[in-house]
Amino acid sequence: MNRALVFGVLVLAVAFPLAMRSLDQVYYVTMASRFLIYALAATSLNLVLGYGGMISFGHAAFVGAGAYTASVMIVEGLPSAWLAWPLAMAVSGLLALAIGAISLRTRGVYFIMITLAFAQMIYYLTISMKAYGGDEGLTLTQRATVGFGLDLKDDITFYYVVLAILVAAVYLISRLVDARFGRVIQAIRENETRMEAIGYPAFRYKLAAFALAGALGGLAGALLANQNSYVNPGILHWTESGKLMIMVILGGVGQLYGGIIGAIGLLGLEELLANHKIGWLAAIYPNYQQHSLLAVGLALLAVVLYAPQGIAGLFSRRGRK
Amino acid sequence: MSFTLILEQSLNGLQFGLMLFLLAAGLTLVFGIMDMINLAHGSLYMIGAFLAATLVQATGSFTLGVLLAIPAAAVVGMALEITILRTLYARDHLSQVLATFALILIINEVVRMIWGSDMPLSAPEALSGPVQLVPGMPYSAYRLLIIGVGLAVAVLLYFVVTKTRIGMLVRAGASNREMALAMGVNIKRLFTLVFGFGAALCAIAGAMLGPIFAVQVGMGENILILAFVVIVIGGIGSIRGALVGSILVGMVDTMGRAFMPALLREVLTPAFASAAGPAIASILIYVLMAGVLFWRPQGLFPARG
Repeated sequence: MNRALVFGVLVLAVAFPLAMRSLDQVYYVTMASRFLIYALAATSLNLVLGYGGMISFGHAAFVGAGAYTASVMIVEGLPSAWLAWPLAMAVSGLLALAIGAISLRTRGVYFIMITLAFAQMIYYLTISMKAYGGDEGLTLTQRATVGFGLDLKDDITFYYVVLAILVAAVYLISRLVDARFGRVIQAIRENETRMEAIGYPAFRYKLAAFALAGALGGLAGALLANQNSYVNPGILHWTESGKLMIMVILGGVGQLYGGIIGAIGLLGLEELLANHKIGWLAAIYPNYQQHSLLAVGLALLAVVLYAPQGIAGLFSRRGRK
Repeated sequence: MSFTLILEQSLNGLQFGLMLFLLAAGLTLVFGIMDMINLAHGSLYMIGAFLAATLVQATGSFTLGVLLAIPAAAVVGMALEITILRTLYARDHLSQVLATFALILIINEVVRMIWGSDMPLSAPEALSGPVQLVPGMPYSAYRLLIIGVGLAVAVLLYFVVTKTRIGMLVRAGASNREMALAMGVNIKRLFTLVFGFGAALCAIAGAMLGPIFAVQVGMGENILILAFVVIVIGGIGSIRGALVGSILVGMVDTMGRAFMPALLREVLTPAFASAAGPAIASILIYVLMAGVLFWRPQGLFPARG
C-alpha cells in the first residue's frame, strides 16, 4: 500500500473523534478504541504467524497476561501507565519466551497444539486466582494514569493514546521486517534448513520474534483491560486466540496492515450486523440480528473460498507474495 | 480415600475417556488421512446431540431415537464434506482453521434457529437409578451403559479398521496418502465415507453424554479441545493412539478433579488448596500433552513410520 493512502487513513483516524464529538456520538470513539486495540493484538500475532510462519494458537494467553498484569497493578494501587504497561509487556514477553522455548522445538501441527495447550494452562491459572476475581473477573476502579495533564478516563484521550501506540508499534514492525532481523525471520519461514546451513541460529531468531510478539500482545491486553475497566478469564479462552488468528488471516497473513484490516473488518462486521438494522437483510429474515454470527461465519467462509490472500491481498498486485 | 471412591472415580474416568475416544477417533482419521484441521468436529457432536434429543422426543424411545440420530448425523457430516470441506483439503492449515472456525459460527446459529439454545434429553427411565456393583457402592446405571456402549464401539472400530477392506484403505490413507492414491484407492469417496463415519461417532458421543452434560449450543467447543489433546498425545492418525490417549486424558482429568484438592490440602494451606486445586486439575492434561510432545513429538503411537 502506498504512502499517500496510509497518510490519508491516518489523517482520518486522527480526525475521527473530533468529528464524532461534534456529532455527539462519542460511543463510536469507544468502539474505535476497541478496534484499534484488537488491531494491535492482531498485528503482533501477524509478526509470528505471517512473517515468522509460526502458527501460534495461543496468542490470547499473552494478551490476557498483559491485561491481568495491568489490572492487578491498578487494583494494588499502582495505576501509573509508565510502570504498569511496560511491566505488562515484560510479563507477556517473558511468558512468551518460556512458552516459545519449549514449543518451538516442535513443528507444524504439533506447534499449533502445544501453543494451544500452554494457553489453556494460563487460562485455568487465571480462573484459579481467587484473590483477583477468579471466574468472575476483576473490575477496575479507575483507568491507568499517564501524567502530562492527560486523563485516560476521557474516552477521546484514551483513543489518541491507543492510536499513538498502534502507530508506533506498526512503525516498529515495518522497520523490523525490512531490517536484517526481519529478513532472517522471513527467510527461515521459507526454508529453515537452508538458513541453518548458512549459519543462522534459526531457533533463536524465531524465539526472539515469538517473545516480541508476546510482549506487544501484552501491551494490547493492558490497553484492553483499561478500555473495559474490567478483565476476566474469558479473554484467554481458546476462541479468543482463534479470533485473533481469524483477524490475521482475514486481513492478510504477512502483510504489514493485515492485522489492522482484519481486526477492523471482523469487529466492524460483527458490530454492523448486531447493532444496526440493515434493510435488505431484515427483508429476507426479520430476526437476523439475533443470529448475526451466522452472517459473520458466512462472510469468513466466503473469504477463505474466494480471497485466499486475505483482504489486503485483494489490493496488492497479483502474484506477489 | 476409600477404595470405593477410587473405584467410582476410575469408572467415571473410563466413561469420560471412552466418550472422548468416539470424538477423537473421527478427528484423528480426518486429521491423519486428509491432513485437515477440522475445528467443526465439535459442531458435529452438537448436531448429533440435538438430533438425538429431537428423535428421542419424537419416537418416545431413547434407544430408537439415538439409533436414528446416528445415520442422520452421518448424512449431515457427509453433506458438509461434499459441499465445503472437500475444497479445503488442498489448502494450508491456516485456511482450514479460518474456514472451520467460520463453520462453527454458522452451525451454532443454524442450530439455534432450528432448535433454540438447548434441548431436554434425559437418561431412559429404566437406567435412571443406581446399581450395586460391589456391596456398599451404588453406581449410576446410565454411566455403566455409556461404558458398555463405548467399549462396544471401540471393539467394532478395531474390527473395522484392522480386519475389513475399507479399514485397510483407511490405514493406507493414514500412513501414506500419495502412495494409497497411486495404488488406485478412490480417495475422494474414502474421504466422504470417513467423514460420515466420524460424524456418526460424534452423534453417539453427543447422544450418550447429552443427559449428563447439557444439550446446548456451544457444547462442542470445550470438548473439541480435549479431543485435540487426545489425538496429539496418541499420535495423529492412529486409532490405537486415540484409544490410549482418550482413556489417559479421561482418567487424569477425572482423577485430578476428584483428588487434587484433597492432595493439595495435605501440603498447602486449605484456602489455597481449594482455590488452586480445580485449576491444577484442569491444567494436568495440558501438562501431560506438553510433556508427551516434548519427549515424543510424534505422539505415543505415531501412525506414519
